[in-house]
Amino acid sequence: MIRVEPRNANSAIFSYGVPILSAFVALILASIPLWLAGAPVLISYVEMAKGVFGSKFAFSEMLTRATPLMFTGLAAALAFRAKLWNIGAEGQLYLGAIAAVAIGTGYIEAPAFILLPLIIAFGCAAGSVGMVVPAILKTRYGADEVVTTLLLNFIIIIFLQYMLEGPLKDPMGLGWPQSSPILDQGMLPPLMERMRVHSGLIIAIVCALIAQFMLARSVWGFKLRAVGENVFAARHAGIKVNRTILGAAAISGALAGMAGVSEVAGLKGYLTSDLSPGFGYAGIIVAMLAGLSPIGVVISALFIASVFVGADSMSRAMSVSSYLADLVVSTSLLCVLIGGFFSRFKLVRAKLEGKN
Amino acid sequence: MIEIFQILLTESFWAASLRIATPLIFGVLGALICEKSGVLNLGIEGIFVAGAMAGWMAVWLGAGLWGGVVVAALAGGFFGLIHAILTVPLGLSQHVSGLGVTLFATSVSYFSYRTALPNVSSPPRIEPFRPLEIPILSELPFIGTILFQQTALTWLALFMVGLVWYVMNRTGLGVAIKAVGDNPNSVDAQGLSVYGIRIGAIVVGSALMALGGAFLTMSAFDAFFFGMVNGRGWICIALVIFASWKPGKALLGALLFGAFDALQVRMQTEVGAKVPSQVFLAAPYVLSIVALVIAARRAEYPRALLTPWFKGQR
Repeated sequence: MIRVEPRNANSAIFSYGVPILSAFVALILASIPLWLAGAPVLISYVEMAKGVFGSKFAFSEMLTRATPLMFTGLAAALAFRAKLWNIGAEGQLYLGAIAAVAIGTGYIEAPAFILLPLIIAFGCAAGSVGMVVPAILKTRYGADEVVTTLLLNFIIIIFLQYMLEGPLKDPMGLGWPQSSPILDQGMLPPLMERMRVHSGLIIAIVCALIAQFMLARSVWGFKLRAVGENVFAARHAGIKVNRTILGAAAISGALAGMAGVSEVAGLKGYLTSDLSPGFGYAGIIVAMLAGLSPIGVVISALFIASVFVGADSMSRAMSVSSYLADLVVSTSLLCVLIGGFFSRFKLVRAKLEGKN
Repeated sequence: MIEIFQILLTESFWAASLRIATPLIFGVLGALICEKSGVLNLGIEGIFVAGAMAGWMAVWLGAGLWGGVVVAALAGGFFGLIHAILTVPLGLSQHVSGLGVTLFATSVSYFSYRTALPNVSSPPRIEPFRPLEIPILSELPFIGTILFQQTALTWLALFMVGLVWYVMNRTGLGVAIKAVGDNPNSVDAQGLSVYGIRIGAIVVGSALMALGGAFLTMSAFDAFFFGMVNGRGWICIALVIFASWKPGKALLGALLFGAFDALQVRMQTEVGAKVPSQVFLAAPYVLSIVALVIAARRAEYPRALLTPWFKGQR
């Protein structure tokens, strides 16, 4: 008989080792689909590495891809800490992007130091609304937020299509469903010349640092963790549970909205309905791989972005489907889940006579 | 208003409702079995994709249509088994594991499809299920025409409603499944395996979900498209709460949903000029949220839902 027993102490080796090991295992497991697809496995890995570290431009592209993942990863990490299952970051990202182009494409003419904060504020507020609504449905009516946020993703993307065909449509866009470009002074400044990486990356890292500090040191962070760990104990201790959940929802939604702002006002310049290739969903993996730690989110976003950018360039070179990246990323989530189990529990062989 | 009544009186409208409801019937029944055993299966959306891809691929590679159905069910059972191992013996978060299975099953399906068909501009077609003629029933006016237009998979879905109802309410197995979802300790005390029952329920439930996906590629359409599942799995998760975990109500919920969806498509052509088409496109998702909010207050969740159970720990 094998029995499951909790480990006494959650050692640092496990909390850092498990995610790193999971990432490696997922990368190694990718050799199976590579082999099945008939690609030379080792050369494919080299191509993948070259796609990230092969040039300054390749590396900056990875940083560009990591930026929205940091925001959506933070959105998931903070909500999940409060056991609020925000699966709606994809929709909230688009709400942020819609607000950014609604404000930034000429509706308000202002210098950069006014316009840019306004775009960010409205983008975050829009994302925030996208999460507060399902949070209210949860606290008021007991409607499961997993289902409501998932369904809202579809509703928001349909709303986006309406906006791009109607009110936000670029009259100069040759009939394409896309928004007008954001004014130059409304754009997040680039970080390096001739590279696409932009100051959204700095904002993301600053957000992670603030989130880390707030979560660990502030009363707000304490309440949030208390609600997440044991809602009955938290209520008993006099914490206003619903208010804490709504607060977590607002911050989480705002961060996801910021991902949309950063993509549209940092990278693309205008909004289309394919702005995000699933950054919202990938953010959940980023957060889980980070063990829901905000600083960890920065690191795991860099890893996930490397997989996406590396697999993209590998797939071009080796003609292997770029869905390999999604495969590696989702495998790493399953691996980190299993690893998380072994960091919390150990399997012991139960003694035969000790069975009672 | 008159237009709505005219639509409601057409046979094609009711036939379409049943057709739209079919994948949802499979999905809601699958989710019902999983949740009755105490495990939420958010892998459903990805399992739909896997069932749609695997069933279609098998037929495209030369298997018969029913061979494709079996392959789809096996694919669903496989991804269900992953979810079962992660959530039952390992007791991991059912939310995160389910989402992980959805992402994994979706990427496996998309990768396999792209690897098998690297450069196709239009998706290759298969010969899908044809409408099934039932000798006496299809002669009936109105009802006959509605049922006459359905394929064997719709019949299978309706049969499954009865079968699941029978197993859950009239057999010892059903009692055991409901008991592990309400009070696993009592099942363990009787010497039955909580792990075994839960794992079995998740695998079977997931196989049913995959049939919902297979219906899409093998009956509703004749090819596989990226994004064709389009949230149907999530809608089932909402519908199972609306149906309070009862097979009969699950059928009713799926039919209501199908009727509403069929109605909105027809309304779109009636009043399309005045109302943006997106209002109609969004309606099914909005409706699901509304149904969830209405049902949530009085929902009696299986008591051990989301709670992992470990042998030897009380």
